[in-house]
Amino acid sequence: MRLIAISVDPPEINRELCRKQGYTFTFLSDINSEVIRRYDLLHEGAGPDSRDISRPAEFLIDATGTVRWVNLTKSIAVRARPDEILKAVDALGG
Amino acid sequence: MKRRWNLSVWAGFLIVLSALVTYVTVFIRFPATRDFPWASLLIFGAGLILIARGVGRAYREPQLYRGKIAGPILLALGIALLGFFCFNVFYFLRQLPPSTGAPQVGQKAPDFTLPDKDGNPVTLSKLLEAGVGAEDRVNGAVLVFYRGYW
Repeated sequence: MRLIAISVDPPEINRELCRKQGYTFTFLSDINSEVIRRYDLLHEGAGPDSRDISRPAEFLIDATGTVRWVNLTKSIAVRARPDEILKAVDALGG
Repeated sequence: MKRRWNLSVWAGFLIVLSALVTYVTVFIRFPATRDFPWASLLIFGAGLILIARGVGRAYREPQLYRGKIAGPILLALGIALLGFFCFNVFYFLRQLPPSTGAPQVGQKAPDFTLPDKDGNPVTLSKLLEAGVGAEDRVNGAVLVFYRGYW
């Protein structure tokens, strides 16, 4: 089960973040929000200098590439808690 | 007679501040207290009532209690903070796009290739094809889209 974090941040910022926090999972840069748009997660003008960014969202994808669990938060302040994600992963079986 | 510090006013204001802090640090973790922040609103209320009580004392018994100036100022500040809290929780933080086109359960997750922190391209379908690693039990991926740290 791979954890993949995606945002508009460029690789340099992700490198610095991983270095500071010691994260080992994958950080991907969607600088032009192409994938963010493909997933319909674009939050226009919500970033610094009115930059387009992603709204928070989590997806659990199984081995076939099918979405098995989605968390679209109602508020920016709310994200899926680790235990919620783990429960969804366990439900995948195995 | 020596005038006392108006504890009610200052304690009340501290409680108002703690209402803000505890929402962000504690209550936000539990859906029961996060989605409708009744616990925080109760704490705000308690703090504001204390400040108001203190202001009342300062004006009714000015020879006993200080706070005729600080009291109303802190009360106004407290009310402003409550307003700020309500504006954010009930409106601002909820201003999110509907994202009705986001992939739903049962649909295929759109494939993509994006650079990782070292600039290497990562493709979702290739990751899933690679299968379960030595430490994994389940093959799959959790995609976490976030706003960014800028």
